[in-house]
Amino acid sequence: MRDFEYTAPSTLREAVKLLSEKGEAARVLAGGTDLIVQLRARRFQPERVVDVKNIPEVNELSVSPRKGLRIGAAVPCHRIYADEGVKEQFAGLTDASMIIGGIQIQGRASLGGNLCNASPSADSIPALIAYGAEAEVIGPDGKRKIAVEDFCTGPGSNALKPGEMLVAIRMPLPKNNSGGHYLRFIPRNEMDIAVVGAGAFVELGGRSKTRVFKSARIALAAVAPTPLLVAEAGASLEGQPVTEETIAAAAAIAQEAARPISDMRGPAEYRRHLVGVLTKRALIGAVKRANGEFVPNAVQSNGHPVYQLS
Amino acid sequence: MSKIHVQCTINGEPTEFLCEARQSLLEVLREELGFTGTKEGCNDGNCGACSVTVDGVLVDSCLILAAEVQDKTVGTVEGLASAEGLHPLQQKFLEHASLQCGICTPGFLVASKALLDANPNPSQHEIRHWLAGNLCRCTGYDKIVRAVLDAAGTAE
Ligand code: FES
Ligand code: FES
Repeated sequence: MRDFEYTAPSTLREAVKLLSEKGEAARVLAGGTDLIVQLRARRFQPERVVDVKNIPEVNELSVSPRKGLRIGAAVPCHRIYADEGVKEQFAGLTDASMIIGGIQIQGRASLGGNLCNASPSADSIPALIAYGAEAEVIGPDGKRKIAVEDFCTGPGSNALKPGEMLVAIRMPLPKNNSGGHYLRFIPRNEMDIAVVGAGAFVELGGRSKTRVFKSARIALAAVAPTPLLVAEAGASLEGQPVTEETIAAAAAIAQEAARPISDMRGPAEYRRHLVGVLTKRALIGAVKRANGEFVPNAVQSNGHPVYQLS
Repeated sequence: MSKIHVQCTINGEPTEFLCEARQSLLEVLREELGFTGTKEGCNDGNCGACSVTVDGVLVDSCLILAAEVQDKTVGTVEGLASAEGLHPLQQKFLEHASLQCGICTPGFLVASKALLDANPNPSQHEIRHWLAGNLCRCTGYDKIVRAVLDAAGTAE
């Protein structure tokens, strides 16, 4: 690894200054689980690394009725899945943060880093998109917000301009009768990269026997150059009854929208098939959670959750 | 570039060292400070041989810069045994023959200790899940899991 200047500012203002001075030759360090590997592989050879973990705003994790959920850009996964407020209101984020890498990686890796690294297969991004999350960014020209679905611009590239950094990810508190779920397919039990991932968020209305979808959001991983919001699939459910048929129709739309490639993790056709299966499951899991049922994620139980509408 | 002065606590002892920005904690532990119990396997976060704790959190020391541990508390495998003898996990790894070449063992021990600190009575499923970031290429995992289960029963 080439040597560089290591800086650890304690305010956003200082961090922006340190980043702006170097432009493309500066990199932000949060958990380091992607950056340090990339430095070693010489994918980046920055002159300056700005460790942002001493800045209070990027370490904050808070849930409040008025402001919703705020996840500081450097908050590691293990703090996210241990948080009761997140578990209760944003179970789909708990799902995602529990399956990124192993325990050692989860001790350091942040959802902010997962987002900035902009991998098409990033597990947390579809979950964030499903919840309607926004990225809060600061730079030499002040603060701005970017919808998470617009944040990634290609494999490994994002919408940040030189001198800008991600401060936090925020999203509104879900209304009553809503739920979210994220799941992925990997050929192993743990420690792998999604062949396909699917996240869903639903808000339900109607009575318990005649539930209807008020709104739905569906997002996919590893089937396009960036994590993908499939707005049409969510929109197709609006006002529709909660049935196997309406869910299958939304999953078919997601399959249409997917643009998978063939690579060592799987051929494109296989991925397209998985999009159908996983979208249905993500929606069913989200519906069950909206109905107040416990739906375990891939690592919370020995068995697998049952993806059937009851 | 000039060296960075870092003060931290390692296995309970206040420690200071000089490092370059590019040096990982793993490199400094092994090459500057003599804590060679921590092993390098993959050097990219896949094998867990370099597992240590930083402020009580289990991490891969190959994926943390040494400069990042300023004012932090680091725990390595050298901190497990006490004057009275081996840590119960070390004892059980011996009894269950949970190692062959041994290069993965310090990582498994540090990771298992972090598990028992967080969850004194883990199920077999929980142990296997927790240790998924630690690879062993010779012993297989059954003996390791059995040792941790056994140690969980005896560790206070
Ligand atoms: S050497 Fe650090 S994870 Fe393999
Ligand atoms: S004992 Fe050799 S790798 Fe585990």
